[in-house]
Amino acid sequence: MEVLSLRALRDNIAAGRTTSVEAVRMVLERIGRIDTMVGAYISVFEEQALARAAEIDGRIAAGLPVGALAGAPVAVKDNMCTAFGATTCASRILKNFQAPYDATVVGRLSAADAVIVGKTNMDEFAMGSSTENSGLRRTVNPWDTGRVPGGSSGGSAAAVAAGLCAAALGSDTGGSIRQPAAFCGVVGLKPTYGRVSRYGLVAYGSSLDQIGPLTRTVEDAALLMNVIAGHDPSDSTSVCESMAPVSDYLADLDRPVEGLRIGVVSSLNAGADPAVVKALDEALAVYRPLGAELIEVELPHFDYAIAAYYVIATAEASSNLARYDGVHYGHRSKQAEDYVAVYSKSRAEALGQEVKRRIMLGTYALSSGYYDAYYLKALKVRNLIRTDLVSAFERCDCIIMPVAPTTAFNIGEKTDDPLQMYLSDIYTISANLAGIPGISIPCGFDGRGMPIGMQILSPAFSEDRLLRIARMYERQTQWHQRRPDMG
Amino acid sequence: MSDLQYKVVVGLEIHVQLCTKSKMFCGCAVEFGAEPNSRVCPVCLGMPGVLPVMNRLAVEYAILAGLALNCRIARRTKWDRKSYYYPDLPKNYQISQYDLPLSAEGYIEIPLDDGRTKKIRITRAHLEEDAGKNLHAEGNYSQVDLNRTGTPLLEIVTEPDMSSAAEVRALAVELQRIVRYLGVSEADMQKGHMRFEPNVNLIITRGGRQYKTPIVEVKNLNSFRSLERSVEYEIGRQIDEFLETGRTLEIGNKSTRGWDDVREITVLQREKEEAHDYRYFPDPDLVPVEVDEAWLAEIQSRLCELPLARQRRFAEEYGLSAYDAGVLTAERETADFFDQAVRAGGEPKRVCNLLTQVGMKLANEKGGGIARLGPSTQAVAELAKMIDDGTVNATAAGTIFAEMVATGKNPAALADELNLVQKSDAGELEAMVDEVLAANAEAVADVRSGGKKAGKARGFLLGQVMQRTKGQANPKVVSEILGKKLG
Amino acid sequence: MKVAKLSRLELTETEVDQFTGQLCAILEYVEKMNELDTADVDPLAHCLPIRNVLRADVPVESLGTQRVLANAPVRDEQFFRVPRILDEGSGA
Ligand SMILES: [Mg+2]
Ligand SMILES: [Zn+2]
Repeated sequence: MEVLSLRALRDNIAAGRTTSVEAVRMVLERIGRIDTMVGAYISVFEEQALARAAEIDGRIAAGLPVGALAGAPVAVKDNMCTAFGATTCASRILKNFQAPYDATVVGRLSAADAVIVGKTNMDEFAMGSSTENSGLRRTVNPWDTGRVPGGSSGGSAAAVAAGLCAAALGSDTGGSIRQPAAFCGVVGLKPTYGRVSRYGLVAYGSSLDQIGPLTRTVEDAALLMNVIAGHDPSDSTSVCESMAPVSDYLADLDRPVEGLRIGVVSSLNAGADPAVVKALDEALAVYRPLGAELIEVELPHFDYAIAAYYVIATAEASSNLARYDGVHYGHRSKQAEDYVAVYSKSRAEALGQEVKRRIMLGTYALSSGYYDAYYLKALKVRNLIRTDLVSAFERCDCIIMPVAPTTAFNIGEKTDDPLQMYLSDIYTISANLAGIPGISIPCGFDGRGMPIGMQILSPAFSEDRLLRIARMYERQTQWHQRRPDMG
Repeated sequence: MSDLQYKVVVGLEIHVQLCTKSKMFCGCAVEFGAEPNSRVCPVCLGMPGVLPVMNRLAVEYAILAGLALNCRIARRTKWDRKSYYYPDLPKNYQISQYDLPLSAEGYIEIPLDDGRTKKIRITRAHLEEDAGKNLHAEGNYSQVDLNRTGTPLLEIVTEPDMSSAAEVRALAVELQRIVRYLGVSEADMQKGHMRFEPNVNLIITRGGRQYKTPIVEVKNLNSFRSLERSVEYEIGRQIDEFLETGRTLEIGNKSTRGWDDVREITVLQREKEEAHDYRYFPDPDLVPVEVDEAWLAEIQSRLCELPLARQRRFAEEYGLSAYDAGVLTAERETADFFDQAVRAGGEPKRVCNLLTQVGMKLANEKGGGIARLGPSTQAVAELAKMIDDGTVNATAAGTIFAEMVATGKNPAALADELNLVQKSDAGELEAMVDEVLAANAEAVADVRSGGKKAGKARGFLLGQVMQRTKGQANPKVVSEILGKKLG
Repeated sequence: MKVAKLSRLELTETEVDQFTGQLCAILEYVEKMNELDTADVDPLAHCLPIRNVLRADVPVESLGTQRVLANAPVRDEQFFRVPRILDEGSGA
């Protein structure tokens, strides 16, 4: 039985055509059958999910109101705190950590009557582009189990692609929603920085992190945004309604953007695989008959984004991850004889290589004597990159470019060379540095049958238009309807 | 040795705990002596995913204190993370202010023993969060209590402008008086509300040459006494050390010494200024604070007359002694009470004596301030007037004050009730004087002789009259009658 | 390796060698930023144009000692327990 989209599922449940228990049961059954192979989940809350589903069904049967998600089964990345179960960030240092509180987005999902079926695998502390850095388990790409699902929200993307949930939440610091969405052939939206509360999202790069949906359709992304977007007094960096009102992202979704001006940056195509470039060209061709105008724009500092990103993100991370020290929670080394060793041994034992690498890189960039040359310099480059994008958006409504230079690569292919792995983030990082929204939608397949994603970027707080632009394309194509054969 | 001269150089670093109800960045209550780890939430516990939100009142208190210290208030300031690993600091970074402190470039005027005042320059005053407490338990381990973690602190740094232990003490006392007047801190040293760390060194002149001794920072001071004693001790110790070793100030030979309250000596803690690398950088979880004209003016309007200005006014306007003015202005409540009683018509000197000789003693016994003692400022003014117009004498007024506290009755009623009204009826008193003169011929003769014994004899006769009236005669009236009779 | 010490990471010698090589390669790449003249560019720490996010000074319920200590690796009645701290730390 095919797993329906979030929208269809919640409509069916709300209308009594099916029940939440039935939907949750089917997802749990699929997880039981398929997830040993996919490895999308770190934890699954079978009993709790069914109890919650039954409770929602009860309300529907009694004619009582239900929330916008009406008992649909969803998954959240395991870097969002839940007051139930563990919150591990796929790290051995938090393997048994039980958060005493719900992240704001988790609270919003629950308030909208979503059933959270489990928490998904990821690169440890969201540091990675392939989910191979998980300290707890391996996730594979549902389209080809020899390939990575992308990362760091690889578990969420794989779960959505494989029908192991109706939709999922991921987090995106340098492309961690959009890139796995592209690799797994699903839709992934990184909202504007400040649009969705970060409270309860375990911090990696605090000035870059943003939570967003991974879904089968653009419509589902809009639906989930309706649930999670909005001001949160617990997050000082979440924007208040008066400054940037949250619209009903579903309301005008099917209304095409008239006189759409699409910015393209031809120089960027050189770095991408021919299959990716070809798919993108074909996608642009889909927009033309819809009245879109293609405008060549320039992003002169685009090539410096990775350098700036890996300084800023790691500097923030080195500080954010200092708290994992084995004193108040998390893993403590049995070998530590003095309190300083509690720190250095606990961290050495339970943090993975990539996390250590980034902590050291960030520590270096902030240390005395290097601050100006690395951290401060990166902040200035960040400003240049943002200015480029702001100027480009004076001439166009959105910019379309690849999500990643390639489709999903082989497991183990890039693990020995961290720099090579970093370089594959080239297309996604700028949106995080500039704080603007970006969406990845399926736009074709390569010769080996791996999905290709198209990235659309738009100005800050224009998610409504971004979703409409994505939807214009989705209505004309069938790529999003293809599913991997999982048996 | 005999030609050795020295000058003392002391600067202070002071942490003042602001008396907000909740912590700096979370809603936990600030409470002294609560059950260990009971005033802790995910935010101040530094749990994964949490975010700080600024306490408005803490910012306002810090600005208010900055204004009172004659500082320039920054119109735009931000928060920085200061990184260091310590078990009482759960995030392993402290949220503080680095390059843009809330206040800078001010001064505090301190009273000196000779009645003059001295300006001590304030380098900066910034807001930050406090750490928790490490307790050294039995056995080979320590305990950590996080109740204090996140309490708002104002860190004040002075220039090295103090040149004696007495000045250091005077500054501490004055600062305590100021922050209490402003109501921004309880400033109780025993409870750790004020923590002083003096930096002490000497400029020694010997044989026409100048030498600077290495700077010593003294920690663990929890009373004004230990603060003063530690500086005195350091002066002696540094002279001895200079004579023994000749060591002088060089880059990096600043040391930290702890005050041993029992032995009254400082003990070496850290020889060299350890290569601290705090890796300050702007906290990405917090947004800047901008203090506009309106907000600043509103805070400015909360400023009150500061203690030293008030002390001066009391001396100049009311003719009080410096000592009395100091006693009355030590606490704002007493000074306010005094001011109001004077405004209600009490003669300043009389009111001062009533308060300093009776009221404050009673308040101390009751364990509260003078305002909570019971009698209103009007009642005290009335009592002062009764002394002035001769209705009661000073001793009787003391008795009446005590009864006012005990019964709540007004002074006139009590004077009647307790039969303490002075006899001023000249006729009645004249008869009594005649009796006394008749019974003491020798003394009368002494007075009339005008010799050496005259003054003493006159006093004796006055005393006899007073005795007969059980002290209720108005001595002024008696004295007049005596003068008339004895010539 | 100084950064390892600052980062409180105890590394084996093999790790030190490996990380040193990798970090050098990354830093070399990052120095690409020096091609840009940023003398007149302001640092951008944050993309948001917001300021003065403040809350009222109103206490709210804390977690309670038991929940605070629930994840503690080692506890000692109402306290977190660590090996004896001998030095005075860096202080606030
Ligand atoms: Mg400090
Ligand atoms: Zn708290």
